Amino acid sequence: MAWANQDKTAIVGIGATDYYVRGKSWPRTINDMAGEAILKACEDAGISIKDIDGFAYYSTAGAGYLDKFDTASLMETLGMPNISFSATLTSGGGGCPGAIGLATAGLMNEDCKYVVTLMALQQLPQHRLGVVFGAAAPSPENSFLQPSGLVGPGHLMSVLARRHMHLYGTTQDAFGEIVMATRANTHNRPKAVRKAPLSKEEYDASVMLADPLRRLDFCLETDGAVAVITTTMDRAKDCRHKPAVVHACAHGGQREWGRAFAWMGMPDPYFSSSGHKFTADRVWAQSGLSAKDMDVALIYDHFSPMVLMQLEDYGFCEKGEGNDYVLSGKIRYDAEAQGGVNGGVPVNTHGGNLNEAYIIGMTHIVEGVEQVRGTAINQVKDAEFALVSGGPASLPVSSLILRSA
Amino acid sequence: MSEPIQYGPAKLLPGDQIRITTNPNTEPFWEAAKEHRLTACQCASCGHFRMPPSPYCPECSSTEVNWPTLPGTGTVYSFAVCNKNPATGEDYIYVPVVVDIDGAPGTRLNANVTGCNAEDVHIGMKVAVEWTDIQDGWVLPNFRKV
Repeated sequence: MAWANQDKTAIVGIGATDYYVRGKSWPRTINDMAGEAILKACEDAGISIKDIDGFAYYSTAGAGYLDKFDTASLMETLGMPNISFSATLTSGGGGCPGAIGLATAGLMNEDCKYVVTLMALQQLPQHRLGVVFGAAAPSPENSFLQPSGLVGPGHLMSVLARRHMHLYGTTQDAFGEIVMATRANTHNRPKAVRKAPLSKEEYDASVMLADPLRRLDFCLETDGAVAVITTTMDRAKDCRHKPAVVHACAHGGQREWGRAFAWMGMPDPYFSSSGHKFTADRVWAQSGLSAKDMDVALIYDHFSPMVLMQLEDYGFCEKGEGNDYVLSGKIRYDAEAQGGVNGGVPVNTHGGNLNEAYIIGMTHIVEGVEQVRGTAINQVKDAEFALVSGGPASLPVSSLILRSA
Repeated sequence: MSEPIQYGPAKLLPGDQIRITTNPNTEPFWEAAKEHRLTACQCASCGHFRMPPSPYCPECSSTEVNWPTLPGTGTVYSFAVCNKNPATGEDYIYVPVVVDIDGAPGTRLNANVTGCNAEDVHIGMKVAVEWTDIQDGWVLPNFRKV
């Protein structure tokens, strides 16, 4: 059954700072960058900062790994007169596009009129994610994981990738193709961190950090901020750009995935998956669409194998066939034809977390908005539907379908 | 595709750099480990195993638990090969393994494996528990290739 809130709200403003290599944003502060992103999103929408009356965060309102957003501080800094909605999804980057659903909940409840969703990230040496995981004295729960030396997210996801290779014959060549195919989309993007084309020889020479994963299978570590503004469709019509309509949005997941690689108890076939099957099924049910209906897919790519597993969970290919799907060129973008290759759906036309920048998923939302507006740098011709997914991690994970107006 | 890497012996991470914390739900597991007895949290009402130990059985909501003595063996379910000591950053070959635990269906432990070269660890490999003294007098279950 179609979602009751289908096409009732839209993303109308997007704003971002420059993207800095980890730690290089200093002496800017995290609130300085967050403010720039919010003000730019307001300008893009054609509204005043004084119109903002809602915040829908994710990652438990985290700003990076150690800082937190606080709505009152943002009001004090930016001068919004009233706030009538302030809420967050729990857990981490899995909730990124789901925050647009949270914004929709606030808008449809008539709590608020213009809602900001936001991430800012500043990875000073003590803030690095691997360091954050490894330095903390383990909780009683994590005492069943951390002593194994699985301390960084790359360690954790290499174990999932290994199981996928064992069950389905998936190869490191497919992981390499994911990195190379999305790298090919950044050469013309001024803000991208990694722009040079990547050869298979260079990929194979990349140092092994957590076998079977190489350094280039790990996403970038970036500083910067990105904000987007969601409002109701009637207000969206008065904004500056064509609305990016919220066609479907879901967050959550099932117990078999649960805490995922913070637990490692997932039974087959969930262990070697992205944990997105439940949420994927929900957005397809909400929309009546399927993977083949998407014009572009912005797939959260903290680690290359998790792209392959999401392609399976969303049904771009069957479970276990991600290796062949990827290696047949189907995630590539054909710039000349402004479309897919070999019948596939282009993935991460912005270069993704692996190549452009890592702002915990927000750059995928921005690219989805630009694609359905028709203003993307690597535009898919006549793009009507864009899928955006959140990071495979502890529940909730989430996804969003944007539609052109 | 490039050639598989020859890593050499899989080492356990040094116990003197490992800490754990406990709570009343998890402490019986660690107290048993001090006696070199591998156990897992089992619902005393319906028999369902769960790890890590938690206050309720997710199947029947009972709070009653048993701590049966398990055989101390298992099977490698998946693994990674890591090459830096996470505490010091120095070169150090260790293999975190996710192990299906014999006698406690559905439960796993995350540990290191030793007794073979890192490149020889494989999914389906049989392992037996190997006890490692860690900080504060606790003992950690690791594994050795059988």
